[in-house]
Amino acid sequence: MSLPMSLLRVRDLSVAIGDALPVEDVSFDIAAGETFALLGESGCGKSLTALALMRLLPPAARIASGAVRFADTDLCALSEARMRDVRGGKLGMIFQEPSSSLNPVMTVGAQIAEALRLHGDAAARERVVELLAAVGIPDPARRAGEYPFQMSGGMKQRAMIAMALAGEPELLIADEPTTALDVTIQAQVLDLLRALQRRRAMAMLLITHDLGVVANMADRVGVMYAGQLVEIAPRAAFFAAPGHPYARRLFAALPDTAARRSRLATIPGSVPPPGTRHAGCRFVERCGEALPVCHAAPPPWREYAPGHAVRCHLPALPVLAGKVGVTEGNPCGTGGTVADAAAPGGAPPLLAVSDLQVYFPIRKGVLRRAVGHVRAVDGVSLVLHAGRTLALVGESGCGKTTVGKAILGLQAPSGGALALDGAPLAGLAPRRMQMVFQDPYGSLNPRLRVGEIVAEGLCALRLPGDHAAQVRELLAQVGLDAAMAGRYPHEFSGGQRQRIAIARALAVRPGLLICDEPTSALDVSVQAQILNLLGDLQARLGLAYLFITHNIAVVDYLAREVAVMYLGRIVERGTTEAVLRGARHPYTQALLAAVPRIAGGGVEARVAGDPPSPANPPPGCHFHPRCPRAEARCRASYPDETTLAADHVVRCHFPA
Amino acid sequence: MIKPVLLWSDLLFFLLIAATFAGGWLAARTEHLRLAWRRVGRSRVAMAAATLLAAFLLIGVLDSLHYRERLPGDGENYAVEVRSALDALLTGLRTRQERTYSAPLATHLFAKESLEGDQGRDFPRLKHGGAHLGADTAGHGADLLAKTVQGMGVGVVAWLVLWLGFLPARQAAPHLAWDAVLATLFALCLVAGPVLLLAQGYHVLGTDKVGQDVLYLTLKSVRTGLLIGTLTTLIMLPAAVALGLLAGYAGGWIDDVIQYLYTTLNSIPGVLLIAASVLMMQVVIDTHPDWFATAAERADARLLALCAILGITSWTGLCRLLRGEALKLRELEYVQAARALGVSGARILWRHILPNVMHIVMIAIVMDFSGLVLAEAVLSYIGIGVDPNTVSFGSMINTARMELAREPMVWWSLAAAFAFMFVLVLAANLFADVVRDAFDPRASR
Repeated sequence: MSLPMSLLRVRDLSVAIGDALPVEDVSFDIAAGETFALLGESGCGKSLTALALMRLLPPAARIASGAVRFADTDLCALSEARMRDVRGGKLGMIFQEPSSSLNPVMTVGAQIAEALRLHGDAAARERVVELLAAVGIPDPARRAGEYPFQMSGGMKQRAMIAMALAGEPELLIADEPTTALDVTIQAQVLDLLRALQRRRAMAMLLITHDLGVVANMADRVGVMYAGQLVEIAPRAAFFAAPGHPYARRLFAALPDTAARRSRLATIPGSVPPPGTRHAGCRFVERCGEALPVCHAAPPPWREYAPGHAVRCHLPALPVLAGKVGVTEGNPCGTGGTVADAAAPGGAPPLLAVSDLQVYFPIRKGVLRRAVGHVRAVDGVSLVLHAGRTLALVGESGCGKTTVGKAILGLQAPSGGALALDGAPLAGLAPRRMQMVFQDPYGSLNPRLRVGEIVAEGLCALRLPGDHAAQVRELLAQVGLDAAMAGRYPHEFSGGQRQRIAIARALAVRPGLLICDEPTSALDVSVQAQILNLLGDLQARLGLAYLFITHNIAVVDYLAREVAVMYLGRIVERGTTEAVLRGARHPYTQALLAAVPRIAGGGVEARVAGDPPSPANPPPGCHFHPRCPRAEARCRASYPDETTLAADHVVRCHFPA
Repeated sequence: MIKPVLLWSDLLFFLLIAATFAGGWLAARTEHLRLAWRRVGRSRVAMAAATLLAAFLLIGVLDSLHYRERLPGDGENYAVEVRSALDALLTGLRTRQERTYSAPLATHLFAKESLEGDQGRDFPRLKHGGAHLGADTAGHGADLLAKTVQGMGVGVVAWLVLWLGFLPARQAAPHLAWDAVLATLFALCLVAGPVLLLAQGYHVLGTDKVGQDVLYLTLKSVRTGLLIGTLTTLIMLPAAVALGLLAGYAGGWIDDVIQYLYTTLNSIPGVLLIAASVLMMQVVIDTHPDWFATAAERADARLLALCAILGITSWTGLCRLLRGEALKLRELEYVQAARALGVSGARILWRHILPNVMHIVMIAIVMDFSGLVLAEAVLSYIGIGVDPNTVSFGSMINTARMELAREPMVWWSLAAAFAFMFVLVLAANLFADVVRDAFDPRASR
């Protein structure tokens, strides 16, 4: 594995927290100018590895053994004072959350200047502007004097990158640099990182859980599982034929069009907690192909090809062609298809939303008079038929969650009309619609037991019957053990919590489930389990889903119809096929182009800039400041709906 | 013959204890609450703190059993003084008064005085302290040592008796941290034994300005401290919790009204408001002497009024804290989910918001406990605290404060009050800490 010119050489690095070893025997090299991606699900130890390289481990953790050599320096042997020069000077680091990585009471310029001064650059002011320009911040001289709160998330991440570049590092460690960003902004930041790396011949250690990002950024890939590296491979070899069963199952769990109408492969079980004693392979409990030896002895590194090593007992390397070679998690009882009812005849739609508006007043002064409105939702119309799935897609802040809440009755609409089964609706209709929320940790009351949580709706609506029996049935329905009713939510993993939340919503037997990003906080393998569950439930109970998400792959896999939202309005809607394959609105096109895909192509940042504020939307078409095709009339008037096909509508002045 | 007297504060104190036990009994019937209490019982720290608290509570309860003695002679005539069971137990301490200051375990007064019959200036002999030694105090040190050793022996014997007494309980509930209880009891016995024996012949903690035994005063202060610390919190708690949660959860004009209320209340200097209320209350009490049969009843009314006034003026801090917390909680997804399921607002507050702010409430109660005892001291200083007849840590600290400037220093009043308050507040803090952790499902394994 060792490369001749490795800049960073990590050998048998182990990190200990108490008795547990959350990172164990990790070895890899990074050559100058190369991008090495560390891929893994949450809790696999990838961030701890990066922090150990920087010697920035949290107080409870320590480097137990191993060596880290950077060029000719042994980083583990340096004094803390010397290490400070290495940090920022030789090794730069950027973090996941740009808003909490910047000091809110210092201007961005001052924070970058501080980094410059620490590394002996006196002529700070010009360098700050230069750096900000280098990371693509427009009007850098003015921006340097601004505070973090005046900047958008993407802008802040750029500023963070500028800070990391201040010391001219030879290696940049990027810990999930785009996870907190929207997909169009993610594309911009990835573009920037690639360009900077090329220009400065900088090596990069990219830590991510996103296979798409890896496919677009990395030269070589290291896959981590339960604290160990299990596979190291060049990108092309990895994506052509991942060697480790875990890696192969990760690929199979990804939702996309190819998997549409079939169940996703899941990885049964969950990652063993750190501190577990492993006699054999760490993945053996979840591996479908485990041999007896896998239980008995830790697997050795096997070199499958030059530079492609896998820590696995399995001899052969089955070539991955599409999704062949991957065993299904568990076959679906309903014929193996994601159910999606055929278009109904003349029946009224289950849900009809027309011209929905939700305005939040902006209050000022002593008397708190409304001086304006945030138009979170500004005239949204939707139709959803029973048993079908409609996806509402958009970036953060576009108002998609507010649409969901307004339909549910949690948020009073400012205008428009809602109809359920043809009858007008105002306020809550708990027996007809329910919601599944994004955050599996925030959506369950930690003080209540699971049984009480699931029975909440039954009690609140005073539904007849034996509630305890119904709770058992509901838990079984979402794939949980009925005995779990007596436990508290904190004892469950994210995926299990999301199942509990689904059971709670199903308790009152609604016809429509509003799913607000139900899988965005989950790991890929767990996401597949939840998507399968949602598919099964739809087939069995004839549920309709309003699926609110920013994840195009999930939309492609799950939804029959799509509506794309931008700044409070729907800019394009139609069948999934029509919208995702034949997008007409420039925003939809940009959104699709920005999604990092595994199968080559690369991300494309088609739009520049950030979404404007809904408190003060641009005149005319809301998208025109970012639109490559904008003309005078785009600035003057908001385009009307253009019907392209029976069920494909777009709001653009240039629909063709 | 005696006639029992039930003061209002006694009634409230007993009600409070009864409510605590009823709550404990209810909790024991619910499985997951019982599990939480079992976690408390397994904690050594909690059990040791609980033992100390129980000792304080015992003193408080004894001091709350009030009675009036029947006067000798015919007819139903009772003494004007209202005494408590504690007073009866400590009759010796109460009645053996000196003339003025004397140091702990001393045989002579603290300051030189001109002696009778022109014998010059010297430290006068105490009337009671070391009286059994006679005029010659040469055996003072040996006597102290002997009594201490004997007392320790008595303590060990008492502890062994307690140890035997706890045997059935230990067998019934072997999972509790009985070793911590017994260790604490051992320490208590080891201290109490010598104190008991020494108190027969000496003033163990000295005497104060008017010659009262400081040990007696300290023990009497325990009830006042417990009452002010608990009743005040009890009075302010419903208002603080209800208004705080309502303001945070309901928002809108309700929030505005409650906010205006507490900002207005907060903007008036606290001491001024309390002083005005106490003085008004005092005028009412003074102009209606017919309301109170005895001086103790009047003192008691004043103590209760003080609790009420402190309660009314101190709820704003907790209220503001809870409002902020409720504002945060109501945006959480489980509250949204409950709303979507049609759960009523009152039920959401009760089931989803209140349990998730209880740790703040519990911390606030304990923190306020010590703060309130100190507030009482400050108010006693400006003459608007408890009735002069009521002994309290505050009044003890206040009278001792003046003597700190003396040379040599009179330190024992302050030290005694400090030590007792310290142990009481520390035990309450430690206990509350464990209880809070035990009831937080996220912290338990």
